[in-house]
Amino acid sequence: MSLFYHIGRYSLFIRRVFSRPEKHGVFIKQVVREIDKLGVDSLGIVIIISTFIGAVITLQTSYNIDMPLIPRYTIGLAARDSILLEFSSTIVCLILAGKVGSNIASEIGTMRVTEQIDALDVMGINSKGFLVLPKVVGLMFIIPFLVILSMAIGIIGGWLAGALTGVVPSSEYIYGVQYSFKPFYVVYSLIKSVVFGFIIATVSSYWGYYTDGGALEVGKSSTMAVVSSSVLILLFNLLLTQLLLT
Amino acid sequence: MIELVNVCKSFDEKEVLKGISTVFQQGQTNLIIGQSGSGKTVLLKTIVGLLDMSSGDVLYDGRCFKSMNVNERKSLHQEIGMLFQGSALFDSSTVEENVRFPMDMFTNWSVEQKKERVKFCLDRVHLDNVNDLLPSEISGGMQKRVAIARAIALNPKYLFCDEPNSGLDPKTSIVIDELIQEITKEFDITTVINTHDMNSVIGMGDKILFIHNGKKHWEGSKDDIFIAQNEELDSFIFASKLFRSIKEKR
Repeated sequence: MSLFYHIGRYSLFIRRVFSRPEKHGVFIKQVVREIDKLGVDSLGIVIIISTFIGAVITLQTSYNIDMPLIPRYTIGLAARDSILLEFSSTIVCLILAGKVGSNIASEIGTMRVTEQIDALDVMGINSKGFLVLPKVVGLMFIIPFLVILSMAIGIIGGWLAGALTGVVPSSEYIYGVQYSFKPFYVVYSLIKSVVFGFIIATVSSYWGYYTDGGALEVGKSSTMAVVSSSVLILLFNLLLTQLLLT
Repeated sequence: MIELVNVCKSFDEKEVLKGISTVFQQGQTNLIIGQSGSGKTVLLKTIVGLLDMSSGDVLYDGRCFKSMNVNERKSLHQEIGMLFQGSALFDSSTVEENVRFPMDMFTNWSVEQKKERVKFCLDRVHLDNVNDLLPSEISGGMQKRVAIARAIALNPKYLFCDEPNSGLDPKTSIVIDELIQEITKEFDITTVINTHDMNSVIGMGDKILFIHNGKKHWEGSKDDIFIAQNEELDSFIFASKLFRSIKEKR
């Protein structure tokens, strides 16, 4: 019952979020601020994680296909496809669900328990639209850029690890990265990232908006935001893969 | 003028407000008093529309709140200023941005006009040189004054205050009370205040509504309160020795 209750309330919430902004000038400023806060501030973690995961994928692949019959460039190819298809979209978005999702839920949750949302409502402002829509637009806009960056850095991380440890020569790795490249993989990843961005922004805002109580409940909302966003990302990853790749 | 007509509010099975009717006059400080849990905050939130009433109605200068459509409610809300218990200032905005916020949202004023109005509102609440500070960088009393400045930014017709003195020392409480009273008279606003601060009750209660267990138990003025023949009111108002001795002297 609780699941249906949340689905129903989430649907009504989304309906109010997507209403016309009160002032377009204010809205654009908010979107820019959210892009900076949610996207640009996440650059560091995306760069670090992508570098190391790219490196680890390369090393693990090389140890698993250490056979004379399999050419070494396969390592570059496998690393590229793993990064493009799954890591840069799904794993990076799961990490962002933790960082950005908890940030959104705790920010809106704190606004709720300190009556700042009531203050907006009393002024006659649609608080759902005012607080959430800029986050949704901002995150859906910036996430594809983070994913593209993650792809590039992951592949570079793999190349660095391969070259520095000597498990795959640079020329073979680069050949493997270019071999049989399908541009649709990038499109597929970007489509997934936009959907995941929507999930992170709306689900986290939902939990934050309906926080009831005090500081303890803000923490609980934050946890619920991360858990539900992550589960939904995994579910939609499966659905989108089935829809787009098969 | 705000008229409450048989206002009821229930949460599931629990009836919190039981048919409250009264009139809050323009240019007066109208006080809602009662013990903690008596339904004061629920009543205030129901009047301003933050909570939907279960039955009854609220009339703003004859305009029926319940039958208003979304746009009518929106324009009514622009005539309302509200001071919240915890001030409810936007944490990430400076004092100036907080006061300017309603102007940014609802007016097409120029930057200069907005600056002038912000200055006027902050001057009116006796605040100086705080424009660029964040709410966390100023004291509780100053936060309340900034919240009042924000509430009067668009010349409201109605001002609601939810426990304006909570968390303040007695001296600052008096400053806030006096400020609310002055603003009410100066701008001829209908002011409704939720409080259980007895200094406020005796100092500024043009009209007092006493609620007990969600019901209206008594109403009158600060002068009537000393002669009221109501057991619950008496035990609430004159709970402290100090106020009992004041009553006896009168």
